[in-house]
Amino acid sequence: MSNLSSDSNLEKVFAAGHFAVTGECGPPRGTDAEVVLKKGKLLKGFVDAVNVTDNQTAVVRMSSWAAAYHLKSIGLEPNYQLVCRDRNRIAMQSDILGAASLGINTMLCLSGDHQTFGDHPQAANVFDLDSMQLIHTVRKMCDEGKFLSGEEIKKPPRLFVGAAANPFADPFEMRVLRLAKKIAAGAQFIQTQCIYNIPKFAKYMEMVRDRGLHQKVKIMAGVTPMKSVGMARYMKNNVPGMDVPDEIIKRLQGVEKGKQSDEGIKILLEDIQRLREIEGVAGLHIMAIEWEEKVPEIVERAGLLPRPQV
Amino acid sequence: MVSPHDKVLVVGCGGCVTVCNSGGRKEVAVIASALRLAAQRAGREMEIDETNLERQCDPEFLEELRPVIGDYDAVLSLACGAGVQFVAERYLDQTVYPGLNTTFIGVALGNGEWAERCAACGDCLLGVTGGICPIARCAKRLFNGPCGGSSQGKCEIGPGTDCAWQLVYDKLMALGRLDRLEQFIPPKDWTTNKDGGPRKYRREDLAI
Repeated sequence: MSNLSSDSNLEKVFAAGHFAVTGECGPPRGTDAEVVLKKGKLLKGFVDAVNVTDNQTAVVRMSSWAAAYHLKSIGLEPNYQLVCRDRNRIAMQSDILGAASLGINTMLCLSGDHQTFGDHPQAANVFDLDSMQLIHTVRKMCDEGKFLSGEEIKKPPRLFVGAAANPFADPFEMRVLRLAKKIAAGAQFIQTQCIYNIPKFAKYMEMVRDRGLHQKVKIMAGVTPMKSVGMARYMKNNVPGMDVPDEIIKRLQGVEKGKQSDEGIKILLEDIQRLREIEGVAGLHIMAIEWEEKVPEIVERAGLLPRPQV
Repeated sequence: MVSPHDKVLVVGCGGCVTVCNSGGRKEVAVIASALRLAAQRAGREMEIDETNLERQCDPEFLEELRPVIGDYDAVLSLACGAGVQFVAERYLDQTVYPGLNTTFIGVALGNGEWAERCAACGDCLLGVTGGICPIARCAKRLFNGPCGGSSQGKCEIGPGTDCAWQLVYDKLMALGRLDRLEQFIPPKDWTTNKDGGPRKYRREDLAI
């Protein structure tokens, strides 16, 4: 285990050859750490790491490093998300140092949703770096012990560095190329956008395997359970880069309102089964948005318990 | 803005604002008439005069205002932001107002429709990206390919905006140069952009 790049539990789980499971925790729109701790406690023992979102959909929330630290305090492995939208390279490198100083071992580098989606559409965006350049920056900090400027870091961070991939955005053919580029920039694991169109994802993975990329990086399939047909329609029509096939909407429509959430979980479990059969899928990233209490049941029914102690 | 003044000079510019039908001779006449009408309706006695300069970004043309500008309480410049400032700084004791909101460096897509193309970053990337600028045309100014929000050629911010990286992809595909997309574009040096401070350029061969 000595050749690991960090103390990340997620990295250790992968290194030990396990199929990994991660969850997600959106920080609150206020100062109450209890909200984070409550969500964290629901996930403890059921996932190998918990993504802590960074002002997701450009809505102001508690900073992701702080929420990540709260999760760390109750023994969870936070996956600290950092977006390029809100900070320049000075602030990002500073936050990475701060996060690492708090014992954060895992991070995810993202572009970030455009601010027009959020609660401050008037804001200026930054995008000094893009997600690719952020991955490159973090790896430079960790591996070379240097800032982007080339100056030396005293006690560099040790992080397991991830990136996102959306197999369903356009141009489709460019998605694998972009994944290859993220790996070349230094991404060690990938979490995908929510997958509902499994045949399309399978096609993507085929292209990934053609380039041997699945052997260079751990790819975690992203899933989100549908709570209702309303949510499915919203995801289909309003969330950028989301591919929700009509069959899912029809299937949810086919059951009475009170049972739609059960049906959503059933669809999810079937999808998880199919995703696990795709060669190159090394883990599952469950984004149960404001439905964290369902994660233990999902992980259990998917046959992914107990989580490995590594 | 100009309503408290009794005597206003509306100044047009024969440069870019004339070409894009926003601050040339014709627009000066329209704005001046509108002001006269508004004053009349408000029961105010206002004198609105019109003049047009070849350009408002060159000292030699701005000098043409010198004999008359002192007769006015205020100047309304229909030049771009550069022209407005140049008038204001050249005539220190004159009140100068902007008549336009200067928006972007762009092109005329057709009659009456313009679109942004250049962000004037000072370090051109177009040779690498197939002639499409991700700084001016990507809402996140990404350098290494489209984000996850690109859908059917459109940007996540709305169907009215093309995804710049889809355009780059299409162009490089047509050129048979998709290999360029594999190239990692490192963090940009923004010092040539406005981040480096107000920019100035001097050509010794032209300076006397």
